[in-house]
Amino acid sequence: MDHSGLTRDQLLDVYYHLRLTRTLEERIGILYRQGRIFGGVYLSTGQEAVSVGAAYALGPGDIIVPSHRDMGAHLLRGIQSREILAQYLGRVGGLSRGRDGNVHYGDIQRGDVAFISSMADGIPVATGVALALKRQGKGRVAMTWFGEGASSRGDFHEGINLAAVLRVPVVFVCNNNQYAYSTPLSRQTRIPDIAARAGGYGIPGTIVDGNDVLAVYDTAREAVERARRGEGPSLIECKTMRMRGHSEHDDASYVPRQLLEEWRAKDPIQGFEARLREWGILDEAGEARIAKRIADELEAAVAWAEASPFPEGKDVEQGVYST
Amino acid sequence: MPEITYIEAIRQALWEEMERDERVFLIGEDIGVYGGAFKITMGFLEKFGEDRVIDTPIAESAIVGSAVGAALMGLRPVVEMQFSDFIACGFDQIVNMAAKFHYRTGTSVPLVIRGPSGGGVHGGPFHSQNPEGWFVHVPGLKVLAPSTPYDAKGLLKAAIRDPDPVIYFEHKYLYRRIKGKVPDDDFTVPIGKAEVKREGADLSVITYGAMIHQAFEAANRLSAKGIEVEILDLRTLLPLDREAILATARKTGKVVVVHEATRTGGVGGEVVAVIAEGAFDRLDGPILRVTAPDTPVPFTAPLEEAFLPNADTIVAAAERLAAY
Repeated sequence: MDHSGLTRDQLLDVYYHLRLTRTLEERIGILYRQGRIFGGVYLSTGQEAVSVGAAYALGPGDIIVPSHRDMGAHLLRGIQSREILAQYLGRVGGLSRGRDGNVHYGDIQRGDVAFISSMADGIPVATGVALALKRQGKGRVAMTWFGEGASSRGDFHEGINLAAVLRVPVVFVCNNNQYAYSTPLSRQTRIPDIAARAGGYGIPGTIVDGNDVLAVYDTAREAVERARRGEGPSLIECKTMRMRGHSEHDDASYVPRQLLEEWRAKDPIQGFEARLREWGILDEAGEARIAKRIADELEAAVAWAEASPFPEGKDVEQGVYST
Repeated sequence: MPEITYIEAIRQALWEEMERDERVFLIGEDIGVYGGAFKITMGFLEKFGEDRVIDTPIAESAIVGSAVGAALMGLRPVVEMQFSDFIACGFDQIVNMAAKFHYRTGTSVPLVIRGPSGGGVHGGPFHSQNPEGWFVHVPGLKVLAPSTPYDAKGLLKAAIRDPDPVIYFEHKYLYRRIKGKVPDDDFTVPIGKAEVKREGADLSVITYGAMIHQAFEAANRLSAKGIEVEILDLRTLLPLDREAILATARKTGKVVVVHEATRTGGVGGEVVAVIAEGAFDRLDGPILRVTAPDTPVPFTAPLEEAFLPNADTIVAAAERLAAY
């Protein structure tokens, strides 16, 4: 049976990355509530398929420009759990060595451009990455993620329009999780679908169930292949739901409970797990093996991150410039 | 050594750097087919091709943001802001994305943004500004403002070879009005180094950009009155050359700081603070500022003339200070 052209091992790898994302984020949430992590904690709980499914469509030479709920994409580019934990803890083992926090990390050597807080700023950057990749002529592509809230910013318009005009190989993935902090979609835009905006740029816009990891993967793969063929950018809108607050300090009381209950029934990991079982790819023992692998990995990662030292105050002025 | 205009010096720097290093490319509005609003990149599209001379939509934020992305991939983008006034539209990408990237990630963003700036051309509030003050407050950026063809060429080459984001303010009043000797051979002017453009023992004028030339005229007039002015050209506004500022302040004990940009929060205030902190005991009088007033740059001639500092206003300040 064909499942999006993925092998049994690849399907299990997708499942592993979904589970790793959720478990690592749960662990970060616990560390936050224990007072061991300070500041913002932006979880992708219930939206992991957007990040994992789209990033799984990329090849090793491709470049990602993730947003703040894209841990799955980072993990797929080879960012380690322990680096993410050290990042959240503000230690030198983190990717920004304590100079920046939480989800503001990346590593250009691994094809991962670090996120900044100004929403949609990654969109023009991804366009520029793609411009450089196009000039190389090796069929490499860029992919960037952003929320439906970010689509209200000028950089969304400027960045996608520029990419379309220059016909550069980039895939724009909108994670429409219905809320930008407390602001619902209806206060961002009068249109129900962000994908409709693609028409304004003369590029394809596709809507996909963001909680169906293989549907996201299939759609992203098509857009990636299109970009590789030199046919330019695409916009993919993944419909999903933010199941936590904007950050962990936020109880999201402004979100109707019923809406959360409806989406809880559509959990992307449970849904994918059920399908893997139905297809005979995952059984009880297999699930337990993956759960143990993740638990062991995170145990070691937390220990490593907490053993990593804080940077020293005397070094505060280092690193502003390259020279 | 041939004598060339300020604008030709900029053109040569771009041309030679593009010939030298194929990673260098230009991106901006109307720079390709049209050759740029000031015709600096005329002929570049034909020579270097559309992959390296990229005309864009009107989208300054995307221009800067995409330049950051290309720089992260190993290219060397040189952005042209059609007028430096429009750099405000790209502000967020400059100050939040480009400037902070190395500090946060250890990855360099080699990026140059050229901004034709300054008044005296009846451009009005949106084609005349000197926005350097907005950017000297941003750690991670380097900010340049050359005054001569030699510095314009040498600093632009240095900027293109620099691993960090550089904002290069070229003064459009100087484009075709100033000529100077520039060697044929490859050279750069070091970023972060001011230069004494005129030696003098009695009083220092510290300035940059177009005001250097007003300072020279003032110095010539003051010399006739027996006051010898030293002119320090800052050339780089971030990072400031503190040693050079303190050296001239200690030498003459009397300092006038001049800039065409508006007064409050301007570069001049920082220069004054450097002197107050490091050379207070060597001063013979107050440190004076000659700047534009805190207004938008006005359009019509009498207002713009009143707005811009000039040799008269520099002489007046210098004479007041010389009396101490």
